[in-house]
Amino acid sequence: MLIKRPADIRSSEITDKKLYLNRRQFIQTAGAIAGAATGVGVLTKGAAVLHAVQPAAHGRKLDNVKKGSPFSNTNGEVMNTWEQITTYNNFYEFGTDKDQPAELSRNFKTDGWSVSVEGECAKPGKYSIDDILKGETIEERIYRMRCVEAWSMVIPWAGIPLGNLIKRCGPTPKANYVRMSTLLDPKRMPGQRLDVLEWPYVEALRMDEAMHPLAILAVGIYGEALPNQDGAPIRLVVPWKYGFKGVKSIVKIEFTEKQPVNSWQKTAPREYGFYANVNPEVNHPRWSQASERRIGEFFMRKTLMFNGYGEQVASLYNNIDLKKNF
Amino acid sequence: MADRTRIIRFVVKPVVFLAGLGPAVYLTWAALTGHLSANPLSDVTNETGVWTLRFVAITLTMTPLRRLTGWNDVIKFRRMMGLYAFFYGMLHFTTYVVLDRFAGLVEFPGGIVSWTTVRSLLKSIGGDIYQRPFITIGFTALVLMVPLAITSTAGMIRRLGGRRWNQLHRLVYVTAICGVIHYWWLVKADIRRPQTYAAIMAILLGYRVVRVFQESRRRLAVRTAAPVKP
Repeated sequence: MLIKRPADIRSSEITDKKLYLNRRQFIQTAGAIAGAATGVGVLTKGAAVLHAVQPAAHGRKLDNVKKGSPFSNTNGEVMNTWEQITTYNNFYEFGTDKDQPAELSRNFKTDGWSVSVEGECAKPGKYSIDDILKGETIEERIYRMRCVEAWSMVIPWAGIPLGNLIKRCGPTPKANYVRMSTLLDPKRMPGQRLDVLEWPYVEALRMDEAMHPLAILAVGIYGEALPNQDGAPIRLVVPWKYGFKGVKSIVKIEFTEKQPVNSWQKTAPREYGFYANVNPEVNHPRWSQASERRIGEFFMRKTLMFNGYGEQVASLYNNIDLKKNF
Repeated sequence: MADRTRIIRFVVKPVVFLAGLGPAVYLTWAALTGHLSANPLSDVTNETGVWTLRFVAITLTMTPLRRLTGWNDVIKFRRMMGLYAFFYGMLHFTTYVVLDRFAGLVEFPGGIVSWTTVRSLLKSIGGDIYQRPFITIGFTALVLMVPLAITSTAGMIRRLGGRRWNQLHRLVYVTAICGVIHYWWLVKADIRRPQTYAAIMAILLGYRVVRVFQESRRRLAVRTAAPVKP
């Protein structure tokens, strides 16, 4: 159906057809290019650009690391390489991609670091790394590390038993738990500028877990000072628990009466509990925990109860239901 | 104009086709030469998934781009983009089956190449699809692309008839939504990327909703404005 109307524009006012077509084509092309560019920009924005990130530099050897700990038994499993351990990290304070901590922690300075000891104890106060290591023997501990994301590594840590430090702090009878937190400094830890987790990162252990000889405060790997991306200068390692329990770059150790809420539990209580013991029978709601991929291998392996440390630690949990207390 | 058609067909199309293969070629090269992370198997799985979403988004951009710019030639690339979405979706699924399910069988009682392996693999895939919501929805997104890939030929369009074909191919909207949810549920805490894809899909699907409204209003307007003629 056609409705005819008289022309209300004089022909002299009408743009020449050729010019008009050119202009239209120009606008169309420009529009299309702009549209496509925005589209490509948005689609690739934030996408992982895959490139091999540089491993941590060598050169800060630790003195007198005692090898051959009886707790280093990994049943002949091969250790992961320095490169793997320093380029594939979950350390959200330096970004949520695995390769970001290696890159974004490069200029992180840990000089003059101190750990504040607080709460239910006789000797609260600020402890420098030297204070913490004074009179201690740094031991090499070769442990399996099982991430909650179903991958694992074998890592030669260097550190001291957490229990040794705790004893020196003189916890009171009210000290039922040890709560540890990471440095909070968004200027130095760019990942903290995003609220993907509640900062600072907090983890905690029951007192008897913390006193267990397997639990260590690590200050190195492969006999060298801990690289930044692995939690420099001092971090927790509890090999029978999922990796996220190993709080990094610790600045505060607090003795508490009540059970603290750890960061991941706060974020997703259905998915992450307080204990976080490696347990192939308790599935993460979104993935199975029955098997794991050792970094560097193709075929996965069966995940072991308590990450294979059951003989040493199972007795800690005789009185609780591990399915409920996951 | 015949020249233009020929240039598109013999020059532009092959170039776009090769560009579409780019990510797959790059990933293969990077995986083989150690340019991926310490966990290359997980990188390959993630990247093929992300490229599936990207191609779904590109496919859904074709029609709005054509309408908004009047650049009619883009429509000639829609099928190719859709088939690339399916291609990367299948690659993603294959990597999941091989690198996650097969490699995760842990035990091969009848040897690696055996019916026992096939049976336990199928059981493992089925169990995973049944038990894990993010796998269920991802699998749904992929399965819905299968009829679209099958009916992508000119012969199929003829056989189905344009209208029915169009209706069937609206399934891609469901794939887009399921694909984004799949990504969202997979992520532990940092949801910025799934959010970006959700926003893109929302714009692309929202455009279609708005158009449906505009169309029906226009039709209504035309109907009421039309003088009844004897």
